Amino acid sequence: MPLRLLKFALAKGYPEPLMFGCATELKPSYDLVIIGAGGHGLASAYYLAKDYGMKNIAVLEKNYIGSGNTGRNTTIIRSNYLTPEGVKFYDESVRLWQDLSTDFDLNLFYANRGHLTLAHSDSSLRTMRWRAEVNKHLGVKSELISAQEVKQLCPHIDLECGGHAPILGALYHEPGSIARHDAVAWGYGRGACQRGVEIHQQTEVIGLTVKGHRIAEVITNRGKISTDKVLCATAGSTPQILQMVGLPSPLYIHPLQAMVSEPVKAWLDKIIVSGTLHVYISQSARGELVMGASLDPYELHQSRSTFDFMEGLSARMLDLFPFLSHVKVVRQWGGMADMTPDFAPIMGKTSIHGFYLDVGWGTWGFKATPVCGKTMSYTVAHDRNHSLIEKFGLERFRKFELVAERGAASVSH
Amino acid sequence: MKLLTCPINGTRPISEFICSGDVEPELDPQSCSDEQWASHVFNRPQNTPCVKREWWCHLPSVTWFIVERDTGSDRIHKTYLYSDLVEGRV
Repeated sequence: MPLRLLKFALAKGYPEPLMFGCATELKPSYDLVIIGAGGHGLASAYYLAKDYGMKNIAVLEKNYIGSGNTGRNTTIIRSNYLTPEGVKFYDESVRLWQDLSTDFDLNLFYANRGHLTLAHSDSSLRTMRWRAEVNKHLGVKSELISAQEVKQLCPHIDLECGGHAPILGALYHEPGSIARHDAVAWGYGRGACQRGVEIHQQTEVIGLTVKGHRIAEVITNRGKISTDKVLCATAGSTPQILQMVGLPSPLYIHPLQAMVSEPVKAWLDKIIVSGTLHVYISQSARGELVMGASLDPYELHQSRSTFDFMEGLSARMLDLFPFLSHVKVVRQWGGMADMTPDFAPIMGKTSIHGFYLDVGWGTWGFKATPVCGKTMSYTVAHDRNHSLIEKFGLERFRKFELVAERGAASVSH
Repeated sequence: MKLLTCPINGTRPISEFICSGDVEPELDPQSCSDEQWASHVFNRPQNTPCVKREWWCHLPSVTWFIVERDTGSDRIHKTYLYSDLVEGRV
């Protein structure tokens, strides 16, 4: 390894092949146009090229690869959801994650840590018992543990939470993991590029043409593309894309913020979540504490971050870990979360022929990246919804068939 | 700290307020179809960045009022009471 590094120090140019091919001119037509080069868009392109042999695909990105929520999340992977459709879907995702580094030949820093959702009240204990039973029934490892067991798994925690929100127990989800988020987009992007997919960065979609309930054309800031299939894998800009094709949607955009501390010696192995305190925390491979909280309280189409957020999150974090009071925050950021009323995504075919959606991922999209790629590639290739995503269609809001996943959002989002 | 001006209590930190969604005309559930009702309940007529009217409440005093706010830039244009809107003072 050090010798390989020496090559980088001595070489005049960059000694390895680039991760992605250089941007070329847009072709006048493609078999499929994917809007959004985040994890979901690139994963779909990757599996379409790898499993279904579709290569004439353009992935359009208005900024740079992974510049949206793929590079802005807190990298937690888990499957301890509440509804059977949710649990099955995310469990498949966790399984795919485990082999992804080998699949890409790229280190994703995937680390199985164990995930604790703390209960501070009887009612949250009840919901957790329910979640544990649903999970176990579907073969997912989750169990309810006592406060003493929480202390054994995470000795630094203050079980009293400063006296005002004592911890009564927790839902322990052993498969809970973290991974390096940028590398996920890079791995999928590189794999797709190697198989002939074109990724066009700095290419913004400004219009979509629908002719007789069929998608016909994508208008970008670099010209027009004719195509009969479009997969929308956007997040914060989804309402604008849906407006272009005239589909009404229940999405609402709120900023979601996060922050990291300076790197410290490894002390926190588990991922800790508290819905009551609205916080979650894990320690990255670099030693930084990655922390998040709930959504900003009102609609805003911006990825700005605020001091109020950092102040509030820090105060609540000190309830759990009082000794962190001297640790500095080094970075904070925000992303735009496209939320749905039932906290489940919108996936699959739409009333417009050839227009597919993989949106509405709000605050829970990162963990689902591989399974979204798998199921959306199946859906696009066969023009038929994959069985795992049948319940997530846009038409559920017309038929009053919501997916009631709110109870399992890790904090109040 | 972001500030918001309540028509009754004056300018206060925004953490004292909650936003309760868009000002929308209520649909009559008796006369509309199921489809119209579903759309009214779930779909958002304006979910792209724009200037819109929203219901806000000053929590300590439970004062409900209307805010005209740009959801793209977060600039607050106007705040007034519902009575001002009904009686044509806005």
